[in-house]
Amino acid sequence: MILQGKRTWVFDKPPVIIAAGTVVGPDEGEGPLAADFDLVHPDLEMGQPTWEKSEKLLMEQAADIALQHAKLTKDRLNFFVGGDLMNQIISTTFAARTVGAPYIGVFGACSTSMETLAVASLMIGTGAAEFAMAGTCSHNCTAEKQFRYPTEYGSQKPPTAQYTVTGAGASIVARAGDGPVVTAATIGKIMDLGIKDPFNMGSAMAPAAVDTIQGHFQDTGREPGYYDLIVTGDLAGVGHPLASEMLKRNGVPMEQTKFQDCGLMIYDVEKQKVQAGGSGCACSAVVAYGHLLKRIRKGELRRVLVVATGALLSPLSYQQGESIPCVAHAVAIESSHPGYQGGVTA
Amino acid sequence: MAVKSAGNGPKAYKPVSMSSKEYQAFAKAREPARSVWSNCLRAFLAGGIICTIGQGVTQFFITVFHMSSKDAGNPTVAVMILISVILTSLGIYDKIAQWAGAGSAVPVTGFANSMSSAAIEHRSEGLVLGVGANMFKLAGSVIVLGVVAAFVVGIIYWIFGIGAWHDTTG
Repeated sequence: MILQGKRTWVFDKPPVIIAAGTVVGPDEGEGPLAADFDLVHPDLEMGQPTWEKSEKLLMEQAADIALQHAKLTKDRLNFFVGGDLMNQIISTTFAARTVGAPYIGVFGACSTSMETLAVASLMIGTGAAEFAMAGTCSHNCTAEKQFRYPTEYGSQKPPTAQYTVTGAGASIVARAGDGPVVTAATIGKIMDLGIKDPFNMGSAMAPAAVDTIQGHFQDTGREPGYYDLIVTGDLAGVGHPLASEMLKRNGVPMEQTKFQDCGLMIYDVEKQKVQAGGSGCACSAVVAYGHLLKRIRKGELRRVLVVATGALLSPLSYQQGESIPCVAHAVAIESSHPGYQGGVTA
Repeated sequence: MAVKSAGNGPKAYKPVSMSSKEYQAFAKAREPARSVWSNCLRAFLAGGIICTIGQGVTQFFITVFHMSSKDAGNPTVAVMILISVILTSLGIYDKIAQWAGAGSAVPVTGFANSMSSAAIEHRSEGLVLGVGANMFKLAGSVIVLGVVAAFVVGIIYWIFGIGAWHDTTG
């Protein structure tokens, strides 16, 4: 593993994502990617007495499914790196109590999916672990309750608002095995261009995505065309076009590749009435671990850059009139299919 | 661990160099517009429908229970609040509100929704610290600002309007 450029880890022995587990709620189960998820809950309660417990259950189930797919027992897991949107990251922490593995809790808001995968990959790449699990979760109702209004409160959402994805995604990274590999990870820096509206997080996060994508190309010497697909986490219908335009202005030849957004992929935005699209930690996690990993395994995609974006606001900070600091972390996931020379080009 | 310098490809991209002001203008210009006119129309229709239902309930109390129109006011408000709380509990009111906007927020049903939704949401934190402490989370500001506004209006009335009041009634 080497640090390349300012903030990119390039793995010369790429960590392998040997398994993943994804669990989603009813809205995601009605979306276009429904078939790619391991478990779809028919309702938001999931038989739990509180929303918070439902979210914790999602994380536990995703972790459980990932372990089953990896044919690993919990005790083989060296570390679990996880986080979520709740205050004091209770959902993941409480799920980690069930998982029982040594646990590192991180907070990166909706960028947590790739932040945890980057950290888990770093552990594997440096020999600090044999098996590491990365995971994150979010629930529409817990996010509404904490960041916005009570779930049943009748407030009209503006078209820039986003719909928090109910779900959880976990992946297990290992030194060796069968599966797509992580070839590089670029850590984002905080970008804040003064957007204060918590109902417009796409606009707030777009500069962070642009900065990390450009940083990734600068550090690795790769060009957009190196990837079959570059996805941002949850910029959605408002933020994604902004990021596209900024990249174009800065002279990044994004036309070499496909540039999409998990928040636009997970729902049928028009039909499902989710305003600008999906958001939340689980948004990029379930799209990456469910949809994208499956497509890489099938050979439909060879190299994908997932740029998870996070708006690092708190209910307190925006009420006090603070702007929204944002971050984006990028992880390059590539096919390890025989016959395909994946991996390092540095 | 080796540290390598950045790749040597043609990667001289311009950095993100917009100032906050420039970026906010850039983002604002590309923001989807809120449909003010259709929102006004929807609010007008929804608010009107809610008030028409309320009028129907008043009429019911007047004709069935032989109340005066003044006496029918209180039970009407109670019935409208009950309907709103039932719709909130069934998860319907917030869906109506996404369509109706101010139309469902301004009438008494909106006030009932703000209280019952907070009460339902925070039931998990117990009856005292959950329901009791959070029930007025949203409605509280309406009450506080309503009382303050009434006080200010009352003072203005007392200073300027008291003579006129005597003239018309005395």
